[in-house]
Parts: sequence; structure tokens; C-alpha cells
Amino acid sequence: MTAKARRKAASHKGRQAMAADLKQVRQYLDQGKGARDRLIEYLHRIQDDLGRLPAQLLVALAEELRLSQTEVFEVASFYHHFAITKEGEPAAPPLTVRVCDSVSCSLAGAEVLIEQLQLALGDGVRVQRVPCVGRCEQAPMAVVGMRPVENAGLEDVVAAVESGSHADVIPPHARDYAAYHADGGYGLLRKLSEHGDEAASERIIESLDDARLRGLGGAGFPAGHKWRIVRGHEGPRLMAVNIDEGEPGTFKDRYYLERDPHRFLEGMLIAARVVGIDSIYIYLRDEYAGVRALLERELDVLRADPPCPLPPIELRRGAGAYICGEESAMIESIEGKRGMPRLRPPYIAERGLFGRPTLVHNMETLYWVPEILEKGADWFVSHGRNGRQGLRSYSVSGRVKRPGVHLAPAGISVRELIAEYCAGMLEGHALKAYFPGGASGGILPASLGDLPLDFDTLNDYGCFIGSAAIIVLSDRDSVREQALNAMRFFAHESCGQCTPCRVGTAKAAQLMALSHWDQPLLEELCQVMEDASICGLGQAAPNPLRCAMKYFPEEF
Amino acid sequence: MPVRSEDLSQGTPFTLNSREVVALPGESLLQAAQRQGVEIPHLCHKEGLRPDGNCRACVVEIEGERVLAPSCCRAPTAGMQVKTDSERARHAQKMVLELLQSDAVEGRGYTLHSELDQWSEKLELGKPRFPGRSQPASDLSHPAISVNLDACIQCNRCLRACREEQGNDVIGYAGRSDHARIVFDLDDAMGESSCVACGECVQACPTGALMPANGVGLLPVDKQVHSVCPYCGVGCQLTYHIADNRILFVEGRDGPANNNRLCVKGRYGFDYVSHRQRLTVPLIRRDDAPKQAEMDMDFDNPLRDFREASWEEALDRAAGGLAAIRNTRGPSALAGFGSAKGSNEEAYLFQKLVRTGFETNNVDHCTRLCHASSVAALLQMIGSGAVSNPVADVSEAEVVVLIGSNPTENHPVAATFFKNAARAGKTLIVMDPRRTPIARHADHVLQFKPDTDVAMLNAIMHSVVQQGLVDDDFITRRTEGYEALKEQLADYSPESMEPICGIPAETLHEVARIFAKASGAMIFWGMGVSQHVHGTDNARCLINLALITGQIGRPGTGLHPLRGQNNVQGASDVGLIPMVYPDYQRVDNTEVRKKFEALWGQPLDPKPGLTVVEIMHAIHDGQIRGMYVMGENPAMSDPNLNHTRAALAALDHLVVQDIFMTETAHYADVILPASAFPEKTGTFTNTDRRVQLGRQALDSPGEAWQDLAIIIEMARLLGLDWNYSGPREVFNEMRQAMPSIAGITWDRLEAESAVTYPCEQEGDPGDEVIFTEQFPRDGGKALLVPASFRNADELPDQDYPLVLITGRQLEHWHTGAMTRRARVLDAIEPEAVATLHPAQMAAIGVQPGDAIRLRSRRGEVVVRARTDNGLREGQVFLPFCYHEAAANLLTNEALDPDGKIPEFKFCAVQAEPA
Repeated sequence: MTAKARRKAASHKGRQAMAADLKQVRQYLDQGKGARDRLIEYLHRIQDDLGRLPAQLLVALAEELRLSQTEVFEVASFYHHFAITKEGEPAAPPLTVRVCDSVSCSLAGAEVLIEQLQLALGDGVRVQRVPCVGRCEQAPMAVVGMRPVENAGLEDVVAAVESGSHADVIPPHARDYAAYHADGGYGLLRKLSEHGDEAASERIIESLDDARLRGLGGAGFPAGHKWRIVRGHEGPRLMAVNIDEGEPGTFKDRYYLERDPHRFLEGMLIAARVVGIDSIYIYLRDEYAGVRALLERELDVLRADPPCPLPPIELRRGAGAYICGEESAMIESIEGKRGMPRLRPPYIAERGLFGRPTLVHNMETLYWVPEILEKGADWFVSHGRNGRQGLRSYSVSGRVKRPGVHLAPAGISVRELIAEYCAGMLEGHALKAYFPGGASGGILPASLGDLPLDFDTLNDYGCFIGSAAIIVLSDRDSVREQALNAMRFFAHESCGQCTPCRVGTAKAAQLMALSHWDQPLLEELCQVMEDASICGLGQAAPNPLRCAMKYFPEEF
Repeated sequence: MPVRSEDLSQGTPFTLNSREVVALPGESLLQAAQRQGVEIPHLCHKEGLRPDGNCRACVVEIEGERVLAPSCCRAPTAGMQVKTDSERARHAQKMVLELLQSDAVEGRGYTLHSELDQWSEKLELGKPRFPGRSQPASDLSHPAISVNLDACIQCNRCLRACREEQGNDVIGYAGRSDHARIVFDLDDAMGESSCVACGECVQACPTGALMPANGVGLLPVDKQVHSVCPYCGVGCQLTYHIADNRILFVEGRDGPANNNRLCVKGRYGFDYVSHRQRLTVPLIRRDDAPKQAEMDMDFDNPLRDFREASWEEALDRAAGGLAAIRNTRGPSALAGFGSAKGSNEEAYLFQKLVRTGFETNNVDHCTRLCHASSVAALLQMIGSGAVSNPVADVSEAEVVVLIGSNPTENHPVAATFFKNAARAGKTLIVMDPRRTPIARHADHVLQFKPDTDVAMLNAIMHSVVQQGLVDDDFITRRTEGYEALKEQLADYSPESMEPICGIPAETLHEVARIFAKASGAMIFWGMGVSQHVHGTDNARCLINLALITGQIGRPGTGLHPLRGQNNVQGASDVGLIPMVYPDYQRVDNTEVRKKFEALWGQPLDPKPGLTVVEIMHAIHDGQIRGMYVMGENPAMSDPNLNHTRAALAALDHLVVQDIFMTETAHYADVILPASAFPEKTGTFTNTDRRVQLGRQALDSPGEAWQDLAIIIEMARLLGLDWNYSGPREVFNEMRQAMPSIAGITWDRLEAESAVTYPCEQEGDPGDEVIFTEQFPRDGGKALLVPASFRNADELPDQDYPLVLITGRQLEHWHTGAMTRRARVLDAIEPEAVATLHPAQMAAIGVQPGDAIRLRSRRGEVVVRARTDNGLREGQVFLPFCYHEAAANLLTNEALDPDGKIPEFKFCAVQAEPA
């Protein structure tokens, strides 16, 4: 080991921001001014414009935002939708084709598609494996630039590449502001704003309690109770809406937003009104470019003609990180940082975004608020099956005839769901297993196909319903393979913060790739991941692995 | 530390492994358990760093909770049932260690003290059962630190040390999943990064992934010695790790001024002591090598001009020459320069030697070149030259003002406290003609035109008055002279000063508002304020500002001139200045003089002596003929070096006591080889008024003597009957002469390492915050003194169109005698550079790295150019540490009339390609 040569007189310690770079980077800020928490937005603008993030611009951006260079770098390198290039490095190909390789798409032949595309597309196109893009009902999915290609075959993707049109489109059939208005939309909000008092707010929260509305992002925390807690903390209070729908197999939020964005927005604004929210941040996953354009458009219209005074609403763009669906990671991301979950306590409701009490909701939870208030809690709880109450939006994908979002009674079993809503299994396929709640909810065998699908009902079986993403596997599928797929997904998406998850998911994936699974060692590993990980990602990551070992011994 | 019963009564009772225990307020589960003797493995947690809870080695089981909890991040609640050693908790703890061990490279250790290995052994972990990871390559690009991330466990301790402790912001945690990794800047090699080599990351790393370069961390250590840093005035405590009379590496110690932190100099600037150019034998000028003013010395070959001599001969010659001048030409033909690098005991004996042996007050040191003007203003207005509040008090402040100070380079560890304060949400206001790295952390940056401090500060005060934000009660109770000040400020509206100082009036109003309204506001300043012909006026403005807003006399307020040298505070305190005896007691005060005549047992000269630059003039005038210079390097540090060097060459007799052949030694008749900092014991007073003990760690090389012994022997040969057995005895005499430290005992210093003065009675705790009730002036009130704006002595013109600002660099100390002989520091900044704004460089027609010639009316240098976006066009910055391009060849010796400090921060130069 020897020390390096002495420094040259002209050289600084590290990089310096150059005048030209500073000038260039200012055009990506907001009217030339930058806010630290909007770092990811600026990175997107550079990435969108140049197809990459040149190191010198990151340096200039750091200087403009008064951040250290490494703070910008660690954020840029955390999110998969950014491509950093150092000085002298070749620029990435101008076009990226992303192919989803998560569970539903892998069942539908993603691996073959990826191989074909790598051969068929030349150097000018980068083919990238990506985790779930939230369009599992149309698996396999490819995304050319920002343009989704559904049920993608080689020819479809090549045609999309060659078409030169690589943008997503605004969902054409969404009920817009005028239509929503015409249908009586925002009436509740206006009424609340004009005549609402403490009692009215209390009645709304009671309605949510009575409807037993729970957080539909997956954790199932009672919504009314959450509103009460956040309201109880001293303001200013903030709200963050989680539309980072990334759990493999989940696409319900996109489904609703593509159709009726204002129902969600009204629910959001009612919540803001009742809880006393000063500003709202909507965090939308980057993969939903069409929905983003729709929301931007509709928010502009809403702001131009507001039904009542609106709090500031900022639409924020994710950047390819499943972990940002975890509420505290999302908050970190909104603050312009890496999406690393926070330790609790303190809880988000008390100290969340920018250190303020924060109401965090999944999009769909808010989506149901206007209808529950309109039709009454009794209407909502009048639904249900197998002893459960309410409605659930099941995202169904895999080996069924009619995949998609199916609004069905809470507590329906997977067999009932397939038979009544999905037109049955695909021809030649028999139900073998199913993920009841995306990749993290575990895997259940067909023999447990009559369990009611709802919060709390699957815990005893080592599973949970989460976001109600049902992925149906058939007798032609290998559970073991899909468990490995899920583990690789978690390893890929682990934020890298805590040892049990960062190292644990990687080691588990390594061990599960071997022909012989060392089941006792894997079980020990599952235990530490579940017990000692910081957040739900690491804690739930063992579920598919454990289920595979427990319910499908014949595969080993 | 023993636990106090009141802490326990306020503590939280909980159950730990079935035992009822009490956690102290603020304790985490981990800390409470440790205090109970219950060991919980932990890796990402280190006392002093923010707990992060990422490694999960310390997880414990809490009854009623679904998952395990990281004990480092959890506070116990009353009645909590905690198990640290349940089967479930132990399993998780061991699995975490095993997962990390799986990724460690077997048999390739970088440290003897891997915490991962230690915990693995304690928990009797077997061979890890998981496959390993693909390992990153070593990064040996940095001269001070080796980076082996194959040993990294991603615990982020280095990141927190770099970002949250030091505020250097170089280390990041990039990427995601098992690709998440420690990076420098944009994932650059450490040696190519913006790393300032503070070494905090090395100190924080639990596994040796970051280590001192060249494998010294794997060598066995014979002893550890606790001491303080020899460089700046911050006064960081440190520990030397020593083997075979050699310092292997240095670690920060938890001193009150540094919280374990160090900077690159303190950590890596120690091997100068064993540099081949160390003086180890007394030298006497050869008869065939007459002195000449031209600087042509050969550092490697002092024997060209000198011959080796015995101590006896050298001391005889040294003292004899001085005695002869004293006896023939009188005491006023002699002068002595002591040093702010020496200990209090050395400085005290040196000034006593000059005053009683030379029989003159012609004794000064580099305080004259750094804060003389600040001290003049402080003594005049508040009756004391010392700081009112320590640096660490920023934690109590709401607003922190930094003016004329580049702390990240000049007071790097103090800068960490400023950065911490900014990070904690306090308002940091930086005022400086150069935009320096601290500006990134500031809420307001006032990059005013050089030389216009008074205009800007008066405008701020004008605004304070105008906005009705003066503290009337404080002004009435604690000050005098307000009406005159108010009247004078009337002419300084922000609107009228804006074109002069270049700061928008609105900004001046805003800063006035923020400062005056703050619950606590502190002012720190550096040489940018003091080194002007109006340095005293600059300081007066700052003092006025603090006084009229009542921002002094409480925690989190006050005035703090950041002292430069490690012992400039102490050397001044003990009277190494021409007009005062120890404790700033004036030599021209008869009562005082009588007291010292009694203490020292002989009559003393009642006339104040000459200051540094005045002494050089007096040599030219033929008035001063002989000098004794201990540890100072005026042939580099004084302004207008051609003038200074000619003066030194003209002396009849010059005795230089130093550890290297300095530029000053080039002009010596006798050179006495002395001891380096780690080779001696003594007290040093930091910028916070903290007296700290530096302890001997090494033996001196060759025949070099300890400085104290040399001074004592010189005194004897000059006819003084001195018998001091060592620093303790000298310190005890100082206590008699100095009421401020009378209460500090040597034993207490040995036990506590640091005691703050005033500490007048034994047992006094020592006051961190002073002036709480009154100011040490007659009547107890502070005096407000108006200051009028005037320009520098030499303004740019057509011939010399640029402003030259001189100063320091992070890696190099003052004239470079020590640091340029420290391997790491020299490797980082090896050659002379001047920095300019890129546009200025273009205007001159040079590229970065090209040589330029800088010329003033007094001299010229050739130096390489480097860009600095923080400068304005029309400015050049030149560090004064490079003998091959000595900045002081250019500087102007014009003096501030009160502080007698030269105008180092402003003179006119021209620049051209060389």
C-alpha cells in the first residue's frame, strides 16, 4: 500500500460547479429557483431532457440547492429511473424498453420476451428488466420509453419502438372535472366547506368508523381513527397521498384514477378539510405517466375553478422504487431524499413530512370517502361475504380468463372470485396456488382456496391480503420459482438500510437459486428478517418463501 | 461517571431481563443496559454519533410488540418489559452478525480492533453459513486514508461522522439493495474527492474499512498519550498512539472544544517531528558565511552557513552576544519574539527573561499579527481581550454571525460546531468578501467589498436603531457612550452604505432585524476583521453591535474573536506583549509595576516596549541591535518581507530557537535546537479561555533540548538566578502573577486536562460565559466607541489593479515550517498556489495550473493559479505558507494605529502570466 502521488496545483479537492453547468441547471429548477425537497423533480427534468444525469449537472444542482454533491448523488443513485453518467462515459442509449419480470408477467412469458428483445433490438435501445409496472392484467408488459405495450409480444414491442411514439397517453375515458361536476361531484366538499363545523367533521369521521373503512394500501389501519389521531396533533398538519402502487400484482389505484380521478380528489379534500391539513402532496409512481398527465390536467382545472378554497396541492413523481410505497420512505422521498424508511416511534401521524403531523393515505381509501358519505356507512357494510363486511377492489392477474380490477364483497374466497368475477381459470389450467396480497402477502395453496379474503383472515396461514392483489397460479406453474421471483424482487427493491433485509433478501435469493434449498437455514433467515427488519418490506419478504416450504413440500 | 440520585429519581423504571432497573433521563435501552452491565451487541451505534438503528445487531424483545426493537434507538417507557437475551432476541442478534460476517473477507483484516469480530467472538458465532458477496476493490488513492470497502458493513457510522459531526458532507450512501455502498462525492476515489481528510470517518469505522494509510493501524502500539493539538486556537484534545518513540496515528479525544473531532492537521500533521530537516545540534554561524538579506538558504544543508557546536559554546555565544549589547548599548537595543506556539510556561518565562534579563519591554509575538486590533478594541470597550463565550455555546444561540473568518480552513473543528448549529436550524449569517465553504451552510451570505467592514456594520447598527430594536435596558444598565454612537450612526443608513459595501440595503435591514431580535446571537470573527489598518475600528463595530442589542453576557450570545495559534490566547495572557505584564496589567501603571518588581525581585522598565513591526523599523533605524527569537518566523510572517529580512540581516546578534532551519534562522548567529510540541509538557490556552495540558509523548531527537530548559539556561547566562524544576513550578509562579488563573492547580489540569478561566479560587468551576453582571472596566460598564469608515492604506490603481488577500490553507499552518514537513499535508497541498476567479484568470490570460507573477510595490512572487468561484474579479488570494512564493513579499506593513497590526488582508498588486 502506498500513498498516491501529490496533488496538482490547479486541481481542487473534488469537482467544482462550472458557470455553464450552473446556468444549464437553473433552467430545470422552478423559475430558476430550487427547493431542496424538490430535488427528485429536478432530476426527472434533467433525465427527461437529456436521457441521463451527467455528473457535472449533479454538481451544479447540488450547488444551486446548497446540498453536498454526495447528497444529490445518493438520491440520484437510489432511484432506478435515473441514469448517472460520469465525465467521459458514453451516454446511455436514447431509448429504454423496460420489461416487467415480476410474478404476473413472468407467468405470462416475460423471460422469453426479454431474451427475444435483447436479440432483436440493436445498440440504440436498452432493454431493462424492471419490477412490476402495475399493469398485471395485461401481462406481459413492456414499456417503450413511457409508452406501455400491453400483452406484449416481440412484434408489438418492435413496432412500438419503430413507431417513434414513446409517450404514454392520457387515459381517454376519464370522467373529467366538468362531467364530475355535472354529476353532482364536489357537492359534499362544498357543503362541508360552506356549512361544515366541528360537529360535521365529527359526523364524517363517525361515518368512516361505521363503514369500517380501513387503509387500502395494505396495512388496513382504520381510516377514521387515523384522522382523529392526526387532528389531535398541533398544526401545521400535512397530508401525503400514496399512489406509489408497486406491490407486484396491484393495479387498482391506476384503474380508478384512469376512470374517475375527481372522486379521489374530492375524498382527499374532504379529508384535508376534516383533519385540518395545510398542504397536500400526492406521490404518484413514475410508471403511471398517463395518469400523471391526467392528474396534472385535472388539478389545473380544479385550481382554476375550485369548489372551495383549496390547500396547496403538489403532485410528486416517484422514480422507480417500490420501497417508496412504505409510508415513511415515501415521506423521505417527498422531502427529496432516498426512500429509506424511518424507525418508529415517532409515528408519522405525529412527526411525518418535514417533521409535521401527517395524514398518509393510500389513494383508494380516499376514493371511497365521498361514496360512503353519500350513500351512508350502512350501504358500505351491507356488502360482504363469508362473515366479512364491505367492498374490496381485487386486482386479479395470472391464470384466469378475465384478469382485472374486480370490485367484490370483502371476504369473498379466491374460488368464488375466480368463478364469479374472472370467468374461471384459463383453459387447461387448474388452480394450484395464489398470492392473496401481492408478492409480500405470501402464497396459499388451492386447498386453502375457500378462505375469506380480507384483512386479518389470513394471518393464521402466514399470509395477508395487503393491497388485495390476487395472483393466480395453476398446475402448470412452479410455486418454488415464483417464490424465488418474489425474493429477487425484494432483494432488488430493498432500500439497503438494515442488515436483515439488505443482506437477508440477497442471501435468501442466492440460497433459493440453488437446486437444493437449505430449508433450516432459510427458516433461520426468515426469522431474523421478520423479527429485526426496520420496515414491512423486510418483515414480509419471507412470506412467499415460508409458504413455499410449508404448503408445497412436493416441489422440493 | 457516577450516577446521581436525582437523575435516578427522574429516571424511567423498567424491567430488563426480569430485573427492575431505572433508566436515566435521555438514556436509550442500550445505554441503560450497558450501565447495568448487560451487554447487547451493537455495530452501527457509537457514542457521540446520532443513533441510527440500521445494523439491527442490538435488537431486543419488548413485551407486547410484534417485532424486535433496536435498543440503540428506543427509549424505555415506564414498566416496559425488555429482554435482551431471550432466544428470539439472541437469534436475531447472532444472525445479523453472521450475515455481516458472511460478507467479510476471511483472513484479511485491516484493523486489530474489528467490532464485528469482537461481538462475533462474544456471541460465540461459528463460521458463517451464507455465500459471500462480490467485493469492491481497494481505494488507496488518498495519502492519509486507505479505503477497503470489502470490510464495510454499511453501518453508516462514517457517513454520520462526515455529515453530521464534521459537516464535511463528502461521504454518501449510494445505490440500493445489496448494492448500497459508501461513496465519496459522486462515487469517486477518495483521493479525487472533496474529502478534507479530517479522519473522522476512520475514527468512526468499526471494521477497518477506513483506516490510516500504509497499514499503521495493524502495528502494535506501546503507549497512548493524551494531549492537545499543536495547531490552531480551537484546542482539540487528542490521543497519540505511539510505538518506538514514533507517533503511529492520532485520534480525537472528547475535549470540550472538539467532542472527539480533529481536522487534517491535528490528525495527520504530526510526522514533521521526525523530518530529516529537524535541528538536532546547536549551530553557530560560520565566520566565512556573512549574513545577507537575500533569501537563498538550503534547508537540507544548514552547514553551508553554520557549523555544529556544543550546547555550552552555543549558549555562551547566544547569551553573551545579547548581554554585550545590553551592557554597551542599553536594554532598549534588545528585543525578543516569543511564540504563540509555545506553552504558557515558555511564554511566561520568555517575557520574564526579556523584562528582567534584557531589562526592556521589547517583547512581542505573533498576536500582533493576528488579533492585536481585536484585543485593543476589546480592552478599550469591555475591559478584557478574551472571548465572552466559548465556541460550543453556539448550541445555545439562535443566530450566529461569522465575519472575516474562513473557519472550515482556519478553525476546522470550530467550523463543525457552526455547521452543526446551522443543521440544527439556527440562523447562520456569513459576512466575508470571499465566499468560503462555510457559506453553503449559511442562511445569509453578505459578500461585501473588501475593506468596507465599518460601512457595512455601521449600516446594520443604523438599521437596528432605526427599527427601534436597540436593547434600551441593556444600554442603560451596562454601557456608556450610546448617545455619541447613535449620533455618529445617523450618517450610515443602509441605503447610503449599499454602494460602498456592495450589500443591498434590504439585506442589511433584514440582518439587523434577525440579529437584534434573536433570543441569543453570537459574533465570531477572524483575521478578515483584524488585519486591516482599521482593524480596531472593525472590531469596535462588532462590539458596538453586540452591546446595543444586548447580545452579550448570556449563554448563546457574545463576542468571540477566533484565536489563530494554539496558544495565542495564553501567550498574550502571560504577558508576551510589550505594553502589559501577565493578565494584561499595564507596564506603565506604577502600582502594577511595583507588584511585578516585588514578584520578580528587581526593578522593571516602566516604558511600554515596541511591537513586532515597530521592532523591524527600529532595527533599520539602528536602535535595536540584538534579538532572541523563540519559535517565531518573522522572515516569513511579517509584512513586506524584503524590509523585514533586511532588518534581520542587519542585526548584530540574532539568536533563533526552533526545531527547523526556518527562514528566520537563515539570519541567525546562533541556532538552538528545540523541542517539538509532542516532546514536551505544558499548558496551552485555547480560544475559549480553556487552559489545557499538553503532555510529552516523545523524546526529542539528537541533542535537541526542551524549550523551557533553553530559556532557563539563557536566563542564567544573562545573570538571572533562575531555578525552575519544570513547567509545574513555572505554572505555580504564573498563578501568583495572574488572578485569572490563580485557582487552577497543576494537579487539577492533570486530572481534568482542561480548566476554563476566570478561575480565581481553587475549586472554582471556571466561568465559560463572562460579563454576565458587569464588564471589567472602572465602573463596570462597557464603553461604546463610534468608528468611522475609512479605506485601506493602499488602494488598487491602474498600475496595481488587483486586491491581494492573504491567508491560510486548511493543510498548512502559518509559515509552513511544520506542515510542509508533514508527509500527508504536503502530499495534499504540495506547492504554492494563488486563487482567482475564473473570469479574472481569463482576463490575465492564464489557465488553471499556469504560473502567474504577482507584483506589488514591495516585491513579487511567481505562483501557480487555481480557480476560486468564491472570489470576485479584481481579487487574488495567496496563502502565506509557501517560502518559494512568500505572500508577505507583497504585503503592506502599514499599521492599525491602535492595535499596531499590519494590513495583511489588503494591498494592491498586479498579475501577469509568468
